[in-house]
Amino acid sequence: MRESRIGAWIAFGIGALYFILPLIATFEFSLRMKRGEYSFEAYRVVFADPRFQASFTYSVGQALATIFVGIALVVPTAYWVRLRAPQFRPIVEFITLLPLVIPAIVIVFGYLRIFNSSSLIPLTDTNLGTDALLMFGYVTLALPYLYRAVDTGLQAIDVRTLTESAESLGANAFTILTRVILPNIRPALLSGAFLTFAIVIGEFTFAALLNRPAFGPYLQLLGANRAYEPSALAIMAFLVTWACMGLMQLASRGLRLPTTDTR
Amino acid sequence: MSATSPETRHGAPFAAARSPMAWLGIVPFMIFAILFLLWPTAHLVIGAFESKDGGFTFANIANLTQPAILNAYWLSIRISAASAFLGGLLGFALAYAAISGGLPRWIRPTLTTFSGVASNFAGVPLAFAFIATLGRTGLVTTLLVKWFDFNLYHTGFTILSFWGLTLTYLYFQIPLMVLILTPALDGLKKEWREAASILGASSLQYWLRIAIPVLWPSLLGAVLLLFANAFGAVATAYALTGSSLNIVPILLFAQIRGDVLHNPNLGYALALGMIVITALSNLAYIWLRAWSERWVK
Amino acid sequence: MAFLTLTAIAKRFGQNTVVHGFDLAVERGEFISLLGPSGCGKTTVLRMIAGFETPSAGTIMIDGRDVTYKRPAERNVGMVFQAYALFPNMNVADNIAFGMKVAKRPKAEIDARVTEMLELISLPDLAARYPYQLSGGQQQRVALARALAVKPQVLLLDEPLSALDAKIRVSLREEIRALQRELGITTIFVTHDQEEALSMSDRVVVMHQGRVEQIGTPHAIYNTPKTRFAASFVGTLNMLDAEIKDASAGLIIVEGQTLRIANGTPGAPNGSRCTVALRPEALAIGPARPGDNVLSCTIEDVQFLGAIVRVKARCGAHILSVDTFNQAGQPAWARGDQVEIHFAPEHLVVLD
Repeated sequence: MRESRIGAWIAFGIGALYFILPLIATFEFSLRMKRGEYSFEAYRVVFADPRFQASFTYSVGQALATIFVGIALVVPTAYWVRLRAPQFRPIVEFITLLPLVIPAIVIVFGYLRIFNSSSLIPLTDTNLGTDALLMFGYVTLALPYLYRAVDTGLQAIDVRTLTESAESLGANAFTILTRVILPNIRPALLSGAFLTFAIVIGEFTFAALLNRPAFGPYLQLLGANRAYEPSALAIMAFLVTWACMGLMQLASRGLRLPTTDTR
Repeated sequence: MSATSPETRHGAPFAAARSPMAWLGIVPFMIFAILFLLWPTAHLVIGAFESKDGGFTFANIANLTQPAILNAYWLSIRISAASAFLGGLLGFALAYAAISGGLPRWIRPTLTTFSGVASNFAGVPLAFAFIATLGRTGLVTTLLVKWFDFNLYHTGFTILSFWGLTLTYLYFQIPLMVLILTPALDGLKKEWREAASILGASSLQYWLRIAIPVLWPSLLGAVLLLFANAFGAVATAYALTGSSLNIVPILLFAQIRGDVLHNPNLGYALALGMIVITALSNLAYIWLRAWSERWVK
Repeated sequence: MAFLTLTAIAKRFGQNTVVHGFDLAVERGEFISLLGPSGCGKTTVLRMIAGFETPSAGTIMIDGRDVTYKRPAERNVGMVFQAYALFPNMNVADNIAFGMKVAKRPKAEIDARVTEMLELISLPDLAARYPYQLSGGQQQRVALARALAVKPQVLLLDEPLSALDAKIRVSLREEIRALQRELGITTIFVTHDQEEALSMSDRVVVMHQGRVEQIGTPHAIYNTPKTRFAASFVGTLNMLDAEIKDASAGLIIVEGQTLRIANGTPGAPNGSRCTVALRPEALAIGPARPGDNVLSCTIEDVQFLGAIVRVKARCGAHILSVDTFNQAGQPAWARGDQVEIHFAPEHLVVLD
């Protein structure tokens, strides 16, 4: 008993060291911009950089659009599959898992080939079209997480009874989805949304290859040319990820409440 | 994508039993999947078997065996395998320590939350963090010199090397392993250990005869998933090494940007190779997971 | 000296004492049940006998050997768990053989023993099945065979039936008891189900809040409960507030009606209050036999349960539950009927 506990502490200690050291190192490095003293100069420079503001705003916009479109796509589909088309469940679930199997770089490679200016749907001809394409790409990346979150949420409530009782009270399909189903799976939606946000905000491959001014490529460009600002940005990116995951956990903690009520 | 379209027929109850029109409800989803997932992928797969004039050929696949490409695959496989194997081992040790190691209660939720963060903290910022840590002027590198008079870079190590990249990948591989493996470790019942001990088995015998046989499909499956995860990762490697490290995702990145292979169809074949490798490891993962769930109910 | 003795066993987890001064002497071949609600310490006692927990005080002896601080493997006890802890990666035969394999017995002996055990639990054809292919009842029989295969001196059963369906529970408990008699193995059985404890055991230990309330045969536990808890936990019971009228003559007053006590007068002065208990099946409605106690009541409710008719009758502030066998010639009672309930003085139990 005693020995295994010591072993566990050692494993935990080494793990903690490995995970915390890079954060400390990065933070320390980000403070060294002014020679001979620690300062938040690098953070000030980053915040003052108009390209930072522009690219961060762009990526936040992309993330919000991705969450909105993703939910609009996934919720009706998952709901419909549960309620009316269970025979399609295997194929829908298989498709939602594909983005985990096909590397992102391959997917975007395909986009560049079939949505270019000589194709039927020349989305990449205009900036707006490329923005939309990038957003759809992000929806694809988030699909496995979002679908699973929503499906788990639907599982926790009795979709059929809720729908039938809403119907018997005269609600139409749109009202049922927006007024009955959505509020009941809100924890699942929030949880999926925060994860989506964390994925999109620093994404590099899609944005770089589609040539959009997103936060990921900006980070990479800065990293190639500057010394201290990238560290400051890395710390900020870490904090954003941490915030997203923390909010996600809070949201999914709320997820359990309806389960206990219905059982 | 509209919520209303398929079910506005009058008089038909929305929650009624299956109808022959049930497929209508998943049409928006299918259109999306075809446009942004299936068609782009299929286009590349088909392109991999096309010659420049559009005829069918295996020449592109055969061309993958040229040394530069083969080396890239080989290095990619080695880095992915090393980070998956080490990540699997260390992730397992960490998850086991937190769950069954008799540590204080707060450790487990802390580890889970942190793993959620760290497994998503891949890409460009991670590369920065490791440059600041183990780069030529990184904190750990300079401290090792200052405290132990040990220069990491005199050993031939650089952050741009095989081990540098592997060490960096471990930062998201270990947490991912922790997240995947926690349910499997929870499935190890306390009673199995007790039953084994009362029947006279030692701790080692319990591990060899029960715990490892029960866990190994989950362990192997998780390692395969880590392998696929590392194999497809672009941003971390690119931000860390630029184009100096010849691994498949970076080669493909360069090919997409500038046709460095001077043959678009060869690029498709390169992508196809990636899909095949990640798909195989994912399929094996799914198969192994189904197998392990059969036991642990 | 008894075969298994627990002397002044106590267990504390931090500030929390879950078992207080527990004494028990079990004879060789005896079947003992530890009965009590969840959290009463019965499982902790069992786990201390198994060696999974170390007592904070006291000693445990098996067959004259002090095993208090021995590891589980050194105690020669077998255990069956509530959640059938069969090893999922092994088939039935390998599960049963496990204990002998780690003891490095010769293969021929193991094979013979496995066959023997499979016959014993009447599952000779399932040797190659895996646990996930078995029903709960089958799994629990295999778990029993696995525990018995190494010929333990003591068999410990930790609520082995509580995860099973009601029907299988009854048949399996008969099987376990028959097997235990056949092998003559000393057995400790933990349960919260009084019916299981009463039907299977040679003796029952009623436990409450880490203490022994009563130890006795099922007959004694049921018919002469010593404490209020033992009386209320085992079976249903009518409890009546009474006033002592004449301690020496054994007379008490309930709701203004005088009753006679046969065994044991309350050791309290005349005029003081006490509680008496009556089993529902000890009561009868109708003309009293000579010497019986009689209570006049009003019928509140009649529940027809088939073989049994359960009558709820009001006597002042008390509601008495009366169980009578259903007989064709019996009058059909109705709500509001005035009846006389009678019972023999022996059935009145005075509680501490």
